[in-house]
Amino acid sequence: MEKVFERTKGLTDTEFGYCPGCHHSVLHRMVAETLEELDILDKTVGVCPVGCAVFMYEYMSCDIIEAAHGRAPAVATGVKRVIPDRIVFSYQGDGDLASIGTAEIVHAAARGENISVIFINNTTYGMTGGQMAPTTLINQKTTTCPTGRNPAVNGYPIRVCEMLATLDGPSYIERVCPTSPAGFAKTKKAIRHAFENQIAGKGFSLVEVLSNCPTHLRMTPIETYRRIDEEMTKVFPPGVFLDR
Amino acid sequence: MAKRKLLKGNVGLCYGAIAARCNAFFGYPITPQNEVPEYMSELMPANGGVFIQAESELAAINMVYGAAAAGKRAMTSSSSPGISLKQEGISYIAASELPCVIVNVQRGGPGLGNTLPGQADYFQAVKGGGHGDYRLLTLAPWSVQDCYDFMPMAFDLADKYRNPVMILMDAIIGQMLEQVDLHNDFPVTDFPKPWATNGAKSRTHNIVNSLWIDPDVMEELNNRLKAKYEMAQREETRFQEFYTKDAELVLVAYGCPARICRTVVDLAREEGMRVGLLRPITLYPFPSQQIAALAQNGKRFMVVEMSQGQMVEDVRLAVNGMADVAFYGRTGGIVPNPTEILNEVRASFGKPPVVSYYQNTAPCKEATN
Amino acid sequence: MHQEIRIAGMGGQGIMIIGQLLAHATVLEGSNVVWFPTYGPETRGGTAECTVIVSSEEIGSPVSSSPHALIALDQLLLDKFAQSVRREGLIMVNSSLAKAPDYRDDCQIVALPANDIAEELGSSKAANMVMLGAYVQIVKPVSLDSIIECMTEVLPPHNHRFIPLNKAALEKGAQLV
Repeated sequence: MEKVFERTKGLTDTEFGYCPGCHHSVLHRMVAETLEELDILDKTVGVCPVGCAVFMYEYMSCDIIEAAHGRAPAVATGVKRVIPDRIVFSYQGDGDLASIGTAEIVHAAARGENISVIFINNTTYGMTGGQMAPTTLINQKTTTCPTGRNPAVNGYPIRVCEMLATLDGPSYIERVCPTSPAGFAKTKKAIRHAFENQIAGKGFSLVEVLSNCPTHLRMTPIETYRRIDEEMTKVFPPGVFLDR
Repeated sequence: MAKRKLLKGNVGLCYGAIAARCNAFFGYPITPQNEVPEYMSELMPANGGVFIQAESELAAINMVYGAAAAGKRAMTSSSSPGISLKQEGISYIAASELPCVIVNVQRGGPGLGNTLPGQADYFQAVKGGGHGDYRLLTLAPWSVQDCYDFMPMAFDLADKYRNPVMILMDAIIGQMLEQVDLHNDFPVTDFPKPWATNGAKSRTHNIVNSLWIDPDVMEELNNRLKAKYEMAQREETRFQEFYTKDAELVLVAYGCPARICRTVVDLAREEGMRVGLLRPITLYPFPSQQIAALAQNGKRFMVVEMSQGQMVEDVRLAVNGMADVAFYGRTGGIVPNPTEILNEVRASFGKPPVVSYYQNTAPCKEATN
Repeated sequence: MHQEIRIAGMGGQGIMIIGQLLAHATVLEGSNVVWFPTYGPETRGGTAECTVIVSSEEIGSPVSSSPHALIALDQLLLDKFAQSVRREGLIMVNSSLAKAPDYRDDCQIVALPANDIAEELGSSKAANMVMLGAYVQIVKPVSLDSIIECMTEVLPPHNHRFIPLNKAALEKGAQLV
């Protein structure tokens, strides 16, 4: 019998603890597969965030560092600068990257650090119980804006790709939308491109993945995909913002 | 060959870091430690190392975390308010059992304070500083020579204990010019780092982490840290004594005030008062045993600090009620001069104060220093 | 030999530089020295003072309760520190900008119009060197030659063009006392 698919060596045997339908599991797998495909598993150092993906170190079979909330780009900078021949990535959520870690991501991008950043934007704080995130949509209800995000009180969602694309430092910035087979394929391709860029020494690459949270949005996974397509993409349009 | 130079303490630290084969420096400007990043921005690249001026103190300490996790010798330096900002990262580094060196050139505080000398970060340095049960091994230089010599010692201690080490100094030690012998004669110990996250080639992957959900595992880490600190207490406690043997009164001070007290000991002895000095070199581990032994021998103590009294608490813990422990402190960036400390000493011997000329309106003895 | 010196003036008068020249010359001649600065918070135009301790012995306190000598380049700082000089000490006053104190008759008071002297030599900015030259001539903690030898090391490269002026001002100060 021919084996047509097997678990990537980039993942450990630990079963994912993520909620059913959550994007994290599949996105972890995409990162892990990419490391295996590019044959860089044994020279990669990952940096994981605080948030649901805090446990990423349980699942990845490359070397990995658990960073403080928001500080992953600084930790990744420290690693990459002292061992520049290794591949270094950070994997961060919206609270981690776009709220408490805004300074770190902006400055890592401005320095053009030769790292790859996978940014998961699901418009909420999943791990702590569905609070308002920096990317929460206007009128979206969360546990800390129970009547919906009101710009007069809570301000507006932050578009990370657009913001970082104004800088001279980054090499590659793309926002992807894994809600269809084509979308998943594009996401995988973008993640791979972010790592290839680093291998080529091109500098800072960031892939923003529009993502879901079935648990806290109180939706089925299919409904979360529809929400991404119909609501999130209006505020966060997918596309390549930089590739140079 | 030995090379004597006139350097600031802050610059002595930089040459010490190079002698210690430091691989990476990450920092952020703040007075009075600015010579450190300024010199390191030249010295590090010139010696094959990395220098980054980080966007913040938070980023700087987390870059240290990354570089240390990668198995390299990394350091940062700052001054009081900046050290407060680094505390989260320091806690993570201690919990992840990574080695690194942190320099604090203390200034006046609290808050923004001022850029003059201070010692009010003692508690923050020796009791942990950030959240959780951890300690920093803390060294207190009192000369520019110490600034140079302590850096290789700090990196060795950090590697040996896989724990952050703090160099706790003050603006005078950092800013003063003094001769230093750049002897470059330090023992080179190899510290294997099989735990480093630098690519899982021909081994299983490494994880650097401080998250332990299982309470038993978390307690195990705390116990492991405690065991390390107990070992440090046994093996690394360093101090210097001057005339303590026959002393009736032992002054206890570190950093610049210890230098001032060294002069006060001479002045007091010229006047026939049997005064000695104990200068802790390691503030953590603290020389509690030696202080207890002196207390048992019937000595009195006077602690002198540029704070409202922080190290004095550790002296009192060590003395444990066996002896009197007096305290003299100045704050706000004011450095006590030898005469004012001498007057405290004289008072404790029941003698009237002497004065510096400028205060000399009262009919009493004039200071000789 | 043990001399504690306080040098004080306004920012821009070259207070730190003459203290550092004295410190470097001391090391050159094999004695011990400690120099430390106190700045006002301003980068330009505030007050500046430094303490230099020169000794043939190991130096304990880098802080002086009461210096042997004060070199004051400005009235404000002279007023601040004149009382701190120890009995029968030395007070050196830049009389171009300050009036010699009449309340320290125990001290040796040396008043030199350092700004005017330096101006005649090319620039009043060398007033600090006039004061240093006079101090070295009176107290002799080091030789003038050692001070001159240290100028290249102590002065930043962009100021090396002023070395001839500084040397002339230093020597003039020494001649006048």
